[in-house]
Amino acid sequence: MKGRKQAPKRRTDADWTSGLKQLYDSVIEEPIPDSFMDLLSKLDNRTS
Amino acid sequence: MSTAPNPHPTRSAEDKQAFKRQLTDVVPHLRAFARGLCGRPDMADDLVQETLLKAWAAQDRFEPGTSMRAWTFVILRNAYLTDMRRNRFRGEYDEAAAERILTHPAGQEQPIHLSDMHRALLTLPPERREALLLVGAGGFSYEEAADICGCAVGTIKSRVGRARAALTAMIDEGQIPERSTSDPSAHRAILEELDDVAAGKGLSEPTR
Repeated sequence: MKGRKQAPKRRTDADWTSGLKQLYDSVIEEPIPDSFMDLLSKLDNRTS
Repeated sequence: MSTAPNPHPTRSAEDKQAFKRQLTDVVPHLRAFARGLCGRPDMADDLVQETLLKAWAAQDRFEPGTSMRAWTFVILRNAYLTDMRRNRFRGEYDEAAAERILTHPAGQEQPIHLSDMHRALLTLPPERREALLLVGAGGFSYEEAADICGCAVGTIKSRVGRARAALTAMIDEGQIPERSTSDPSAHRAILEELDDVAAGKGLSEPTR
């Protein structure tokens, strides 16, 4: 019995920090659209 | 002392290969940073394309061995700020994509929706948002973030601190902007107002 607190659900920094990181990482993990690879190949061919 | 500026100093083929490889590797990070900055995926990807073009054109200025991510982030942020001044981005967010994901912080009664997080993030002033993205999500040190933003370390610390405080308050107090248009205090309303201003109407709406 640790005295269940009915305190308002306070978010700690860790909660939203992980949320922010997750948001960011979810984009990093998306497959890269072909358009980016196409662009890089085009640039590469033009200059080499 | 130095030789006359040469727009094309000799770079070995290996250097060029390495540049392309590193630039390719950094694309996901650029997309994440851009998405956090401007919200909408299509606009964010336009920004990344622009960044890649600029980075490619400036590749002779890249110091091999330094951080490609930091270097390209500077380019991306400058492109973003220029576009902001042209009023291209208005802090819109991608609700559909954000809705797909839910976070469940351990022991919390209510999960924080990533979409809530994203909306909250987009209400921050851009300079605080970018500071928070760089340090809180991108994993840059305060020093690196200061270099990227071209400001003092103390400035970055203060921006991150204020951004954190604002987000914490929003989340704690349930002040996250509503996703519906029915909440007159919502971020959405601000966006619509901005849209009107951008469209040249500039009328203040009657209070609802």
